[in-house]
Amino acid sequence: MIELQHLVKRYGDKTAVDDLHFTVKPGVVTGFLGPNGAGKSTTMRMILGLDAPTSGSVTVNGKRYAQHAAPIQEVGALLEARSIHPGRSAHNHLLALALTHGIPRRRVDEVIELTGLGKVAKKRAGAFSLGMGQRLGIAAALLGDPQTIMLDEPVNGLDPEGVLWIRTLLTSLAAEGRTVFVSSHLMSEMALTATDLVIIGRGRLMADTTVAEFIEQAGGDSVKVVSSDAARLREALLGPDVTVTGEAGSETLAVSGLSARQIGQAAADAGIAVFELTPQAVSLEEAFMTLTGDTVEYRSNAGTASKNGAPEGSVAA
Amino acid sequence: MSATLTATPETTAAPAPKPTYKVTFGRVLRSEGSKFLSLRSSWITLAVGLFFLAFVGIMVAYRYNPADLHGPAADSRDAIDISLKGVELSQLALGVLGVLATAGEYTTGLIRSTFAAVPKRLPVLWTKCLVLFGAAIVVATAGAFISFVGGENFLHGKAIALTLSSSGVLRCLFGAGLYLALVTVFGAALGMLVRSVAGGIALLVGIMMLLPVFLDMLPSSWKTDVAPYLPGTAGQSIYSLHTAPGALSSGTGLWVFVAWVAAALIGAAYRVVRSDS
Repeated sequence: MIELQHLVKRYGDKTAVDDLHFTVKPGVVTGFLGPNGAGKSTTMRMILGLDAPTSGSVTVNGKRYAQHAAPIQEVGALLEARSIHPGRSAHNHLLALALTHGIPRRRVDEVIELTGLGKVAKKRAGAFSLGMGQRLGIAAALLGDPQTIMLDEPVNGLDPEGVLWIRTLLTSLAAEGRTVFVSSHLMSEMALTATDLVIIGRGRLMADTTVAEFIEQAGGDSVKVVSSDAARLREALLGPDVTVTGEAGSETLAVSGLSARQIGQAAADAGIAVFELTPQAVSLEEAFMTLTGDTVEYRSNAGTASKNGAPEGSVAA
Repeated sequence: MSATLTATPETTAAPAPKPTYKVTFGRVLRSEGSKFLSLRSSWITLAVGLFFLAFVGIMVAYRYNPADLHGPAADSRDAIDISLKGVELSQLALGVLGVLATAGEYTTGLIRSTFAAVPKRLPVLWTKCLVLFGAAIVVATAGAFISFVGGENFLHGKAIALTLSSSGVLRCLFGAGLYLALVTVFGAALGMLVRSVAGGIALLVGIMMLLPVFLDMLPSSWKTDVAPYLPGTAGQSIYSLHTAPGALSSGTGLWVFVAWVAAALIGAAYRVVRSDS
Protein backbone atom coordinates (compact mmCIF):
# COMPACT_ATOMS: atom_id res chain seq x y z
CA MET A 1 0.00 0.00 0.00
CA ILE A 2 1.45 3.32 -1.10
CA GLU A 3 -0.44 6.50 -0.25
CA LEU A 4 0.44 9.83 -1.81
CA GLN A 5 -1.09 12.92 -0.25
CA HIS A 6 -0.97 16.06 -2.38
CA LEU A 7 2.64 15.43 -3.25
CA VAL A 8 4.49 18.37 -4.80
CA LYS A 9 8.10 18.63 -5.96
CA ARG A 10 9.57 21.82 -7.37
CA TYR A 11 13.02 22.39 -8.75
CA GLY A 12 13.34 26.16 -8.80
CA ASP A 13 10.61 27.43 -11.13
CA LYS A 14 9.89 24.04 -12.58
CA THR A 15 7.22 21.89 -10.98
CA ALA A 16 8.14 18.27 -11.57
CA VAL A 17 5.34 16.76 -9.52
CA ASP A 18 2.17 18.76 -9.05
CA ASP A 19 -0.30 17.77 -6.34
CA LEU A 20 -0.30 14.01 -6.91
CA HIS A 21 -2.89 12.30 -4.77
CA PHE A 22 -3.63 8.61 -5.15
CA THR A 23 -3.36 5.23 -3.46
CA VAL A 24 -1.68 2.12 -4.80
CA LYS A 25 -3.57 -0.92 -3.53
CA PRO A 26 -2.21 -4.34 -2.65
CA GLY A 27 -3.14 -7.47 -4.59
CA VAL A 28 -3.00 -5.97 -8.06
CA VAL A 29 -0.41 -4.64 -10.45
CA THR A 30 -0.74 -0.87 -10.74
CA GLY A 31 0.66 0.68 -13.87
CA PHE A 32 2.17 4.15 -13.54
CA LEU A 33 2.09 5.76 -16.95
CA GLY A 34 3.24 9.01 -18.37
CA PRO A 35 5.35 10.37 -21.18
CA ASN A 36 9.08 10.84 -20.62
CA GLY A 37 9.64 13.67 -18.18
CA ALA A 38 6.15 13.42 -16.69
CA GLY A 39 7.54 13.01 -13.17
CA LYS A 40 7.29 9.23 -12.74
CA SER A 41 10.84 8.74 -11.53
CA THR A 42 10.73 11.80 -9.29
CA THR A 43 7.56 10.46 -7.68
CA MET A 44 9.18 7.08 -7.08
CA ARG A 45 12.27 8.71 -5.59
CA MET A 46 10.05 10.64 -3.18
CA ILE A 47 8.28 7.42 -2.18
CA LEU A 48 11.72 6.06 -1.17
CA GLY A 49 12.68 9.29 0.58
CA LEU A 50 15.61 9.86 -1.79
CA ASP A 51 14.12 13.22 -2.74
CA ALA A 52 12.26 15.30 -0.19
CA PRO A 53 8.85 16.55 -1.33
CA THR A 54 8.37 20.32 -1.49
CA SER A 55 4.99 19.76 0.15
CA GLY A 56 2.59 16.93 0.78
CA SER A 57 3.59 13.51 2.04
CA VAL A 58 3.84 9.91 1.03
CA THR A 59 3.60 6.81 3.19
CA VAL A 60 4.32 3.17 2.49
CA ASN A 61 2.44 0.54 4.49
CA GLY A 62 1.32 3.28 6.86
CA LYS A 63 4.66 4.94 7.61
CA ARG A 64 7.12 7.21 5.91
CA TYR A 65 9.73 5.07 4.17
CA ALA A 66 12.62 6.23 6.37
CA GLN A 67 10.71 5.40 9.55
CA HIS A 68 10.60 1.68 8.87
CA ALA A 69 13.06 -0.40 10.89
CA ALA A 70 13.74 -2.63 7.88
CA PRO A 71 12.94 -0.49 4.81
CA ILE A 72 13.90 -2.95 2.10
CA GLN A 73 11.66 -5.53 3.72
CA GLU A 74 8.78 -3.09 3.27
CA VAL A 75 9.52 -1.80 -0.21
CA GLY A 76 11.76 -3.36 -2.82
CA ALA A 77 12.58 -0.86 -5.51
CA LEU A 78 14.24 -0.79 -8.87
CA LEU A 79 15.07 2.79 -9.73
CA GLU A 80 17.13 3.80 -12.73
CA ALA A 81 18.86 0.52 -13.53
CA ARG A 82 22.43 1.54 -12.86
CA SER A 83 22.28 2.03 -9.14
CA ILE A 84 25.35 -0.16 -8.76
CA HIS A 85 29.13 0.21 -8.64
CA PRO A 86 30.51 -1.17 -11.90
CA GLY A 87 33.58 -2.56 -10.15
CA ARG A 88 31.67 -4.79 -7.76
CA SER A 89 30.22 -8.20 -8.62
CA ALA A 90 26.48 -8.79 -8.61
CA HIS A 91 26.86 -11.12 -5.64
CA ASN A 92 28.86 -8.63 -3.59
CA HIS A 93 26.47 -5.81 -4.46
CA LEU A 94 23.51 -7.82 -3.17
CA LEU A 95 25.49 -9.03 -0.17
CA ALA A 96 26.31 -5.45 0.87
CA LEU A 97 22.61 -4.57 0.75
CA ALA A 98 21.66 -7.73 2.64
CA LEU A 99 24.20 -7.05 5.39
CA THR A 100 22.58 -3.72 6.31
CA HIS A 101 19.41 -5.58 7.31
CA GLY A 102 20.88 -8.81 8.62
CA ILE A 103 19.38 -10.71 5.69
CA PRO A 104 21.07 -14.13 5.52
CA ARG A 105 23.47 -14.99 2.68
CA ARG A 106 21.26 -17.77 1.40
CA ARG A 107 18.63 -15.18 0.48
CA VAL A 108 21.26 -13.48 -1.71
CA ASP A 109 21.81 -16.76 -3.55
CA GLU A 110 18.05 -17.25 -3.80
CA VAL A 111 17.38 -13.94 -5.56
CA ILE A 112 20.37 -14.52 -7.85
CA GLU A 113 18.83 -17.82 -8.93
CA LEU A 114 15.38 -16.31 -9.16
CA THR A 115 16.53 -13.60 -11.56
CA GLY A 116 18.66 -15.94 -13.64
CA LEU A 117 21.97 -14.28 -12.75
CA GLY A 118 23.61 -17.48 -11.52
CA LYS A 119 26.26 -17.64 -14.21
CA VAL A 120 27.37 -14.01 -13.98
CA ALA A 121 26.97 -13.38 -10.26
CA LYS A 122 30.72 -13.29 -9.64
CA LYS A 123 31.51 -11.02 -12.57
CA ARG A 124 31.96 -7.26 -12.37
CA ALA A 125 28.55 -5.64 -12.76
CA GLY A 126 30.08 -2.99 -15.03
CA ALA A 127 30.39 -5.59 -17.77
CA PHE A 128 26.67 -6.43 -17.64
CA SER A 129 24.35 -5.84 -20.55
CA LEU A 130 21.38 -3.53 -19.99
CA GLY A 131 19.14 -6.56 -19.50
CA MET A 132 21.48 -8.14 -16.94
CA GLY A 133 21.64 -4.81 -15.11
CA GLN A 134 17.84 -4.75 -14.95
CA ARG A 135 17.79 -8.28 -13.58
CA LEU A 136 20.31 -7.30 -10.92
CA GLY A 137 18.14 -4.32 -9.97
CA ILE A 138 15.12 -6.60 -9.69
CA ALA A 139 17.13 -9.07 -7.60
CA ALA A 140 17.94 -6.20 -5.22
CA ALA A 141 14.27 -5.24 -5.11
CA LEU A 142 13.24 -8.78 -4.15
CA LEU A 143 16.06 -9.22 -1.60
CA GLY A 144 14.02 -8.28 1.48
CA ASP A 145 10.98 -10.30 0.33
CA PRO A 146 9.04 -7.02 0.53
CA GLN A 147 5.31 -6.47 0.78
CA THR A 148 5.50 -3.65 -1.76
CA ILE A 149 7.45 -3.78 -4.99
CA MET A 150 8.13 -0.67 -7.01
CA LEU A 151 9.84 -0.89 -10.39
CA ASP A 152 10.79 2.02 -12.65
CA GLU A 153 10.61 0.96 -16.31
CA PRO A 154 11.55 -2.66 -15.60
CA VAL A 155 11.22 -3.94 -19.18
CA ASN A 156 13.64 -1.38 -20.58
CA GLY A 157 16.45 -3.18 -22.34
CA LEU A 158 15.09 -6.66 -21.76
CA ASP A 159 14.85 -9.22 -24.56
CA PRO A 160 11.44 -10.79 -25.34
CA GLU A 161 12.13 -13.64 -22.96
CA GLY A 162 12.99 -11.15 -20.23
CA VAL A 163 9.86 -9.11 -20.91
CA LEU A 164 7.74 -12.23 -20.59
CA TRP A 165 9.57 -13.13 -17.39
CA ILE A 166 8.83 -9.69 -15.90
CA ARG A 167 5.13 -9.95 -16.79
CA THR A 168 4.82 -13.34 -15.11
CA LEU A 169 6.81 -12.15 -12.11
CA LEU A 170 4.68 -9.03 -11.62
CA THR A 171 1.37 -10.86 -11.85
CA SER A 172 2.51 -13.63 -9.52
CA LEU A 173 3.77 -11.10 -6.96
CA ALA A 174 0.40 -9.33 -7.06
CA ALA A 175 -1.41 -12.67 -6.80
CA GLU A 176 0.46 -13.24 -3.53
CA GLY A 177 -1.26 -10.14 -2.20
CA ARG A 178 1.64 -7.74 -2.60
CA THR A 179 1.44 -4.16 -3.79
CA VAL A 180 3.08 -3.92 -7.21
CA PHE A 181 3.71 -0.46 -8.64
CA VAL A 182 5.32 -0.37 -12.08
CA SER A 183 6.11 2.65 -14.19
CA SER A 184 6.24 2.64 -17.94
CA HIS A 185 5.82 4.96 -20.88
CA LEU A 186 4.36 2.12 -22.95
CA MET A 187 0.60 1.79 -22.63
CA SER A 188 0.56 -1.51 -24.52
CA GLU A 189 2.96 -3.07 -22.02
CA MET A 190 0.81 -1.97 -19.09
CA ALA A 191 -2.37 -3.24 -20.75
CA LEU A 192 -0.89 -6.73 -20.60
CA THR A 193 0.19 -6.73 -16.96
CA ALA A 194 -1.58 -4.05 -14.98
CA THR A 195 -5.04 -4.04 -13.47
CA ASP A 196 -5.06 -0.53 -12.06
CA LEU A 197 -3.75 2.46 -13.93
CA VAL A 198 -2.41 5.81 -12.80
CA ILE A 199 -1.64 8.20 -15.63
CA ILE A 200 0.29 11.42 -15.15
CA GLY A 201 1.41 14.18 -17.48
CA ARG A 202 3.67 17.09 -16.54
CA GLY A 203 3.53 15.98 -12.94
CA ARG A 204 -0.26 16.16 -12.79
CA LEU A 205 -2.68 13.32 -12.30
CA MET A 206 -4.52 12.71 -15.58
CA ALA A 207 -6.35 9.53 -14.68
CA ASP A 208 -6.67 7.15 -11.73
CA THR A 209 -8.55 4.26 -13.26
CA THR A 210 -8.37 0.59 -14.22
CA VAL A 211 -7.12 -0.88 -17.46
CA ALA A 212 -10.56 -2.34 -18.26
CA GLU A 213 -12.24 1.00 -17.75
CA PHE A 214 -9.59 2.75 -19.82
CA ILE A 215 -10.06 0.34 -22.70
CA GLU A 216 -13.81 0.78 -22.56
CA GLN A 217 -13.53 4.55 -22.52
CA ALA A 218 -11.14 4.41 -25.42
CA GLY A 219 -13.91 2.82 -27.49
CA GLY A 220 -12.50 -0.63 -27.21
CA ASP A 221 -15.19 -2.72 -28.87
CA SER A 222 -15.52 -1.31 -32.35
CA VAL A 223 -15.87 -3.44 -35.48
CA LYS A 224 -14.86 -2.46 -38.99
CA VAL A 225 -17.44 -3.41 -41.62
CA VAL A 226 -16.99 -3.06 -45.37
CA SER A 227 -20.23 -3.71 -47.22
CA SER A 228 -21.97 -3.14 -50.56
CA ASP A 229 -24.47 -0.69 -49.10
CA ALA A 230 -23.09 1.15 -46.12
CA ALA A 231 -26.02 3.53 -45.83
CA ARG A 232 -28.60 0.77 -45.61
CA LEU A 233 -26.47 -1.29 -43.26
CA ARG A 234 -26.17 1.69 -40.96
CA GLU A 235 -29.97 1.89 -40.77
CA ALA A 236 -30.15 -1.82 -40.02
CA LEU A 237 -27.62 -1.64 -37.20
CA LEU A 238 -28.62 1.51 -35.36
CA GLY A 239 -30.21 1.09 -31.99
CA PRO A 240 -29.75 2.12 -28.40
CA ASP A 241 -26.09 1.87 -27.26
CA VAL A 242 -24.95 1.38 -30.83
CA THR A 243 -22.90 3.95 -32.64
CA VAL A 244 -22.02 3.74 -36.28
CA THR A 245 -19.53 6.05 -37.88
CA GLY A 246 -18.35 6.24 -41.42
CA GLU A 247 -17.70 8.75 -44.18
CA ALA A 248 -20.45 9.46 -46.67
CA GLY A 249 -19.88 7.54 -49.89
CA SER A 250 -17.42 5.16 -48.29
CA GLU A 251 -18.08 1.43 -48.05
CA THR A 252 -16.48 1.30 -44.59
CA LEU A 253 -18.24 1.69 -41.28
CA ALA A 254 -16.97 1.55 -37.70
CA VAL A 255 -19.53 0.04 -35.38
CA SER A 256 -19.39 -0.04 -31.63
CA GLY A 257 -21.89 -1.62 -29.27
CA LEU A 258 -22.38 -4.76 -31.38
CA SER A 259 -20.24 -7.85 -31.85
CA ALA A 260 -18.97 -8.94 -35.28
CA ARG A 261 -21.31 -11.88 -35.07
CA GLN A 262 -24.39 -9.66 -34.50
CA ILE A 263 -23.37 -7.35 -37.33
CA GLY A 264 -22.90 -10.25 -39.75
CA GLN A 265 -26.29 -11.63 -38.82
CA ALA A 266 -27.96 -8.23 -39.26
CA ALA A 267 -26.33 -7.77 -42.67
CA ALA A 268 -27.47 -11.24 -43.81
CA ASP A 269 -31.01 -10.52 -42.62
CA ALA A 270 -31.02 -7.27 -44.62
CA GLY A 271 -29.52 -8.98 -47.64
CA ILE A 272 -26.39 -6.81 -47.75
CA ALA A 273 -23.14 -8.32 -48.98
CA VAL A 274 -20.34 -7.97 -46.45
CA PHE A 275 -16.77 -7.87 -47.79
CA GLU A 276 -14.94 -7.43 -44.55
CA LEU A 277 -15.87 -7.76 -40.90
CA THR A 278 -13.01 -7.11 -38.48
CA PRO A 279 -13.11 -6.50 -34.73
CA GLN A 280 -10.71 -3.62 -34.15
CA ALA A 281 -7.81 -3.95 -31.75
CA VAL A 282 -8.03 -0.87 -29.56
CA SER A 283 -5.21 1.52 -29.97
CA LEU A 284 -4.54 2.08 -26.30
CA GLU A 285 -1.36 3.84 -27.29
CA GLU A 286 -3.43 6.37 -29.21
CA ALA A 287 -5.90 6.82 -26.40
CA PHE A 288 -3.01 7.34 -24.02
CA MET A 289 -1.39 9.89 -26.31
CA THR A 290 -4.66 11.71 -26.69
CA LEU A 291 -4.95 11.93 -22.95
CA THR A 292 -1.40 13.10 -22.36
CA GLY A 293 -0.84 14.76 -25.72
CA ASP A 294 -0.89 18.30 -24.38
CA THR A 295 1.53 17.49 -21.62
CA VAL A 296 4.31 15.87 -23.61
CA GLU A 297 7.63 17.52 -22.86
CA TYR A 298 9.63 16.46 -25.85
CA ARG A 299 7.69 15.99 -29.01
CA SER A 300 8.94 15.12 -32.45
CA ASN A 301 7.23 16.87 -35.34
CA ALA A 302 6.50 13.71 -37.24
CA GLY A 303 4.17 11.04 -35.92
CA THR A 304 2.03 13.03 -33.54
CA ALA A 305 -1.07 11.31 -32.32
CA SER A 306 -4.09 11.41 -34.54
CA LYS A 307 -7.12 12.37 -32.56
CA ASN A 308 -9.56 9.65 -33.55
CA GLY A 309 -9.25 7.81 -30.26
CA ALA A 310 -11.25 8.80 -27.24
CA PRO A 311 -12.28 12.43 -27.07
CA GLU A 312 -10.09 14.53 -24.81
CA GLY A 313 -10.76 14.13 -21.13
CA SER A 314 -13.11 11.20 -21.57
CA VAL A 315 -11.06 9.08 -19.21
CA ALA A 316 -11.63 11.04 -16.08
CA ALA A 317 -11.00 9.48 -12.71
CA MET B 1 33.70 -9.33 14.10
CA SER B 2 31.13 -11.96 14.94
CA ALA B 3 28.23 -12.67 12.66
CA THR B 4 24.96 -11.42 14.08
CA LEU B 5 22.34 -13.26 12.10
CA THR B 6 19.54 -12.84 14.60
CA ALA B 7 16.82 -13.14 12.02
CA THR B 8 14.48 -15.00 14.35
CA PRO B 9 12.08 -12.98 16.46
CA GLU B 10 12.74 -12.90 20.18
CA THR B 11 9.18 -13.77 21.05
CA THR B 12 9.08 -17.51 20.46
CA ALA B 13 5.33 -17.62 20.98
CA ALA B 14 4.45 -15.68 17.86
CA PRO B 15 4.66 -17.95 14.82
CA ALA B 16 5.84 -15.12 12.55
CA PRO B 17 6.35 -16.53 9.07
CA LYS B 18 8.36 -13.47 8.07
CA PRO B 19 11.86 -13.05 9.45
CA THR B 20 12.25 -9.74 11.23
CA TYR B 21 15.14 -7.84 9.76
CA LYS B 22 16.35 -4.55 11.16
CA VAL B 23 18.90 -1.96 10.17
CA THR B 24 21.45 -1.43 12.95
CA PHE B 25 24.68 0.57 13.10
CA GLY B 26 26.71 -2.64 13.42
CA ARG B 27 25.09 -4.10 10.33
CA VAL B 28 25.67 -0.96 8.29
CA LEU B 29 29.30 -1.13 9.44
CA ARG B 30 29.57 -4.73 8.20
CA SER B 31 27.97 -3.74 4.92
CA GLU B 32 30.39 -0.86 4.41
CA GLY B 33 33.30 -3.13 5.34
CA SER B 34 32.17 -5.65 2.77
CA LYS B 35 31.77 -2.91 0.16
CA PHE B 36 35.27 -1.62 0.88
CA LEU B 37 36.89 -5.04 0.61
CA SER B 38 34.99 -6.05 -2.54
CA LEU B 39 36.39 -3.25 -4.69
CA ARG B 40 39.68 -3.63 -6.47
CA SER B 41 40.28 0.12 -6.31
CA SER B 42 40.41 -0.04 -2.49
CA TRP B 43 43.25 -2.54 -2.58
CA ILE B 44 45.11 -0.69 -5.32
CA THR B 45 45.00 2.71 -3.60
CA LEU B 46 45.96 1.16 -0.25
CA ALA B 47 48.88 -0.61 -1.93
CA VAL B 48 49.97 2.60 -3.67
CA GLY B 49 49.79 4.50 -0.38
CA LEU B 50 51.89 1.83 1.34
CA PHE B 51 54.38 1.73 -1.53
CA PHE B 52 54.95 5.50 -1.55
CA LEU B 53 55.39 5.59 2.19
CA ALA B 54 57.83 2.68 2.44
CA PHE B 55 59.67 2.98 -0.87
CA VAL B 56 60.30 6.74 -0.83
CA GLY B 57 61.56 6.64 2.78
CA ILE B 58 63.94 3.76 2.15
CA MET B 59 65.21 5.23 -1.14
CA VAL B 60 65.94 8.61 0.47
CA ALA B 61 67.75 6.90 3.33
CA TYR B 62 69.76 4.86 0.81
CA ARG B 63 70.78 7.95 -1.17
CA TYR B 64 71.42 10.11 1.89
CA ASN B 65 74.86 11.59 1.93
CA PRO B 66 75.58 14.31 4.50
CA ALA B 67 78.47 15.62 2.35
CA ASP B 68 76.22 16.20 -0.67
CA LEU B 69 74.52 19.55 -0.17
CA HIS B 70 72.19 19.17 -3.14
CA GLY B 71 71.30 15.49 -2.89
CA PRO B 72 67.96 14.15 -1.75
CA ALA B 73 67.17 14.98 1.85
CA ALA B 74 70.11 17.36 2.04
CA ASP B 75 67.98 19.54 4.25
CA SER B 76 66.87 16.70 6.50
CA ARG B 77 67.52 17.20 10.15
CA ASP B 78 66.92 13.69 11.44
CA ALA B 79 66.17 10.10 10.46
CA ILE B 80 62.46 10.57 11.03
CA ASP B 81 62.45 13.40 8.53
CA ILE B 82 64.03 11.05 6.01
CA SER B 83 61.95 7.96 6.61
CA LEU B 84 58.67 9.91 6.49
CA LYS B 85 59.53 11.73 3.25
CA GLY B 86 56.93 9.54 1.55
CA VAL B 87 54.01 10.84 3.64
CA GLU B 88 53.30 13.65 1.20
CA LEU B 89 52.86 11.29 -1.73
CA SER B 90 51.15 8.63 0.35
CA GLN B 91 48.54 11.09 1.61
CA LEU B 92 47.44 11.67 -1.97
CA ALA B 93 46.78 7.98 -2.56
CA LEU B 94 44.95 7.58 0.75
CA GLY B 95 42.99 10.81 0.36
CA VAL B 96 41.89 9.62 -3.07
CA LEU B 97 40.85 6.34 -1.45
CA GLY B 98 38.57 8.34 0.82
CA VAL B 99 37.13 10.41 -2.02
CA LEU B 100 36.48 7.27 -4.08
CA ALA B 101 34.64 5.58 -1.21
CA THR B 102 32.06 8.37 -0.94
CA ALA B 103 31.95 10.39 -4.17
CA GLY B 104 32.31 7.14 -6.13
CA GLU B 105 28.87 6.08 -4.90
CA TYR B 106 27.33 9.25 -6.30
CA THR B 107 29.22 9.06 -9.58
CA THR B 108 28.10 5.46 -10.18
CA GLY B 109 24.56 5.87 -8.87
CA LEU B 110 25.11 3.26 -6.15
CA ILE B 111 24.16 5.86 -3.54
CA ARG B 112 20.48 5.38 -4.42
CA SER B 113 20.68 1.69 -3.52
CA THR B 114 22.66 2.52 -0.39
CA PHE B 115 20.22 5.14 0.87
CA ALA B 116 17.22 3.00 -0.06
CA ALA B 117 18.63 0.37 2.31
CA VAL B 118 19.69 2.89 4.97
CA PRO B 119 17.30 5.82 4.59
CA LYS B 120 18.60 7.47 7.78
CA ARG B 121 21.76 8.09 5.72
CA LEU B 122 24.10 9.32 8.47
CA PRO B 123 25.08 5.81 9.60
CA VAL B 124 26.43 5.32 6.07
CA LEU B 125 28.74 8.33 6.42
CA TRP B 126 29.97 7.38 9.90
CA THR B 127 30.57 3.71 9.09
CA LYS B 128 32.36 4.60 5.87
CA CYS B 129 34.69 6.83 7.90
CA LEU B 130 35.26 4.09 10.48
CA VAL B 131 36.09 1.50 7.83
CA LEU B 132 38.44 3.86 5.99
CA PHE B 133 40.10 5.03 9.20
CA GLY B 134 40.63 1.43 10.31
CA ALA B 135 42.09 0.26 7.01
CA ALA B 136 44.27 3.33 6.53
CA ILE B 137 45.70 3.46 10.05
CA VAL B 138 46.85 -0.16 9.83
CA VAL B 139 48.43 0.24 6.41
CA ALA B 140 49.95 3.68 7.06
CA THR B 141 51.41 2.77 10.46
CA ALA B 142 52.88 -0.40 8.95
CA GLY B 143 54.30 1.69 6.08
CA ALA B 144 55.89 4.17 8.48
CA PHE B 145 57.56 1.39 10.44
CA ILE B 146 58.76 -0.41 7.31
CA SER B 147 60.23 2.83 6.02
CA PHE B 148 62.01 3.65 9.28
CA VAL B 149 63.35 0.15 9.96
CA GLY B 150 64.28 -0.32 6.28
CA GLY B 151 66.12 2.99 6.17
CA GLU B 152 67.86 2.46 9.53
CA ASN B 153 70.55 0.23 7.97
CA PHE B 154 71.55 2.85 5.44
CA LEU B 155 71.71 5.66 7.99
CA HIS B 156 73.54 3.53 10.54
CA GLY B 157 76.63 5.30 11.83
CA LYS B 158 75.65 8.65 10.34
CA ALA B 159 75.06 11.68 12.52
CA ILE B 160 71.32 11.79 12.01
CA ALA B 161 70.73 8.08 12.67
CA LEU B 162 68.04 7.11 15.16
CA THR B 163 66.64 3.83 16.46
CA LEU B 164 63.12 2.80 17.41
CA SER B 165 64.06 3.29 21.04
CA SER B 166 65.24 6.86 20.50
CA SER B 167 63.07 9.43 22.22
CA GLY B 168 60.07 10.54 20.15
CA VAL B 169 60.58 8.08 17.30
CA LEU B 170 57.60 5.86 18.13
CA ARG B 171 55.40 8.93 18.61
CA CYS B 172 56.35 10.15 15.14
CA LEU B 173 55.77 6.80 13.42
CA PHE B 174 52.39 6.27 15.05
CA GLY B 175 51.66 9.94 14.44
CA ALA B 176 52.29 9.50 10.72
CA GLY B 177 49.89 6.55 10.66
CA LEU B 178 47.25 8.55 12.51
CA TYR B 179 47.74 11.56 10.24
CA LEU B 180 47.35 9.50 7.07
CA ALA B 181 44.24 7.77 8.44
CA LEU B 182 42.76 11.18 9.18
CA VAL B 183 43.60 12.36 5.66
CA THR B 184 41.65 9.35 4.34
CA VAL B 185 38.63 10.37 6.39
CA PHE B 186 39.13 13.97 5.24
CA GLY B 187 38.99 12.74 1.63
CA ALA B 188 35.81 10.80 2.39
CA ALA B 189 34.17 13.89 3.88
CA LEU B 190 35.17 16.05 0.92
CA GLY B 191 33.87 13.40 -1.49
CA MET B 192 30.53 13.31 0.29
CA LEU B 193 30.43 17.10 0.21
CA VAL B 194 31.02 17.60 -3.51
CA ARG B 195 29.58 14.27 -4.76
CA SER B 196 32.00 14.01 -7.63
CA VAL B 197 35.24 12.02 -7.75
CA ALA B 198 37.04 14.58 -9.89
CA GLY B 199 35.79 17.50 -7.80
CA GLY B 200 36.64 15.74 -4.55
CA ILE B 201 40.21 14.96 -5.62
CA ALA B 202 40.70 18.52 -6.87
CA LEU B 203 39.46 19.91 -3.57
CA LEU B 204 41.65 17.52 -1.58
CA VAL B 205 44.81 18.39 -3.52
CA GLY B 206 43.90 22.06 -3.37
CA ILE B 207 43.50 22.10 0.40
CA MET B 208 46.37 19.80 1.29
CA MET B 209 49.00 20.99 -1.19
CA LEU B 210 48.02 24.21 -2.93
CA LEU B 211 46.83 26.29 0.04
CA PRO B 212 50.43 26.82 1.27
CA VAL B 213 51.43 27.96 -2.22
CA PHE B 214 48.52 30.39 -2.33
CA LEU B 215 49.54 31.68 1.08
CA ASP B 216 52.92 32.70 -0.32
CA MET B 217 51.15 35.46 -2.20
CA LEU B 218 49.75 37.02 0.96
CA PRO B 219 51.59 39.49 3.20
CA SER B 220 54.30 37.74 5.18
CA SER B 221 52.83 38.66 8.56
CA TRP B 222 49.65 36.79 7.62
CA LYS B 223 51.70 33.89 6.48
CA THR B 224 53.41 33.32 9.79
CA ASP B 225 50.10 33.61 11.62
CA VAL B 226 48.03 31.43 9.34
CA ALA B 227 50.46 28.89 7.87
CA PRO B 228 50.84 26.66 10.96
CA TYR B 229 47.08 26.15 11.04
CA LEU B 230 46.71 24.94 7.47
CA PRO B 231 45.78 21.24 7.38
CA GLY B 232 49.00 20.20 5.63
CA THR B 233 51.34 22.07 7.97
CA ALA B 234 49.36 21.29 11.12
CA GLY B 235 49.39 17.65 10.07
CA GLN B 236 53.12 17.73 9.46
CA SER B 237 53.79 18.76 13.04
CA ILE B 238 52.04 15.55 14.22
CA TYR B 239 54.86 13.41 12.84
CA SER B 240 57.85 15.78 13.20
CA LEU B 241 60.50 14.84 15.75
CA HIS B 242 61.39 18.43 16.56
CA THR B 243 58.97 21.30 16.48
CA ALA B 244 60.19 23.62 13.73
CA PRO B 245 60.33 27.35 14.54
CA GLY B 246 56.87 28.86 14.15
CA ALA B 247 55.22 25.45 13.78
CA LEU B 248 52.68 23.95 16.16
CA SER B 249 53.62 21.33 18.72
CA SER B 250 52.65 17.79 17.75
CA GLY B 251 49.72 17.76 20.17
CA THR B 252 48.32 21.09 19.00
CA GLY B 253 48.95 20.13 15.38
CA LEU B 254 46.90 16.99 15.88
CA TRP B 255 43.96 18.90 17.34
CA VAL B 256 44.08 21.51 14.60
CA PHE B 257 44.04 18.82 11.93
CA VAL B 258 41.27 16.93 13.71
CA ALA B 259 39.30 20.18 13.70
CA TRP B 260 39.71 20.47 9.92
CA VAL B 261 38.50 16.89 9.46
CA ALA B 262 35.60 17.47 11.84
CA ALA B 263 34.58 20.62 9.96
CA ALA B 264 34.57 18.73 6.67
CA LEU B 265 32.55 15.93 8.29
CA ILE B 266 29.97 18.34 9.66
CA GLY B 267 29.59 19.87 6.20
CA ALA B 268 29.29 16.41 4.66
CA ALA B 269 26.73 15.28 7.24
CA TYR B 270 24.64 18.39 6.63
CA ARG B 271 24.70 17.86 2.89
CA VAL B 272 23.89 14.15 3.21
CA VAL B 273 20.84 14.74 5.37
CA ARG B 274 19.52 17.86 3.70
CA SER B 275 19.96 17.35 -0.03
CA ASP B 276 18.22 15.01 -2.42
CA SER B 277 20.33 12.16 -3.63
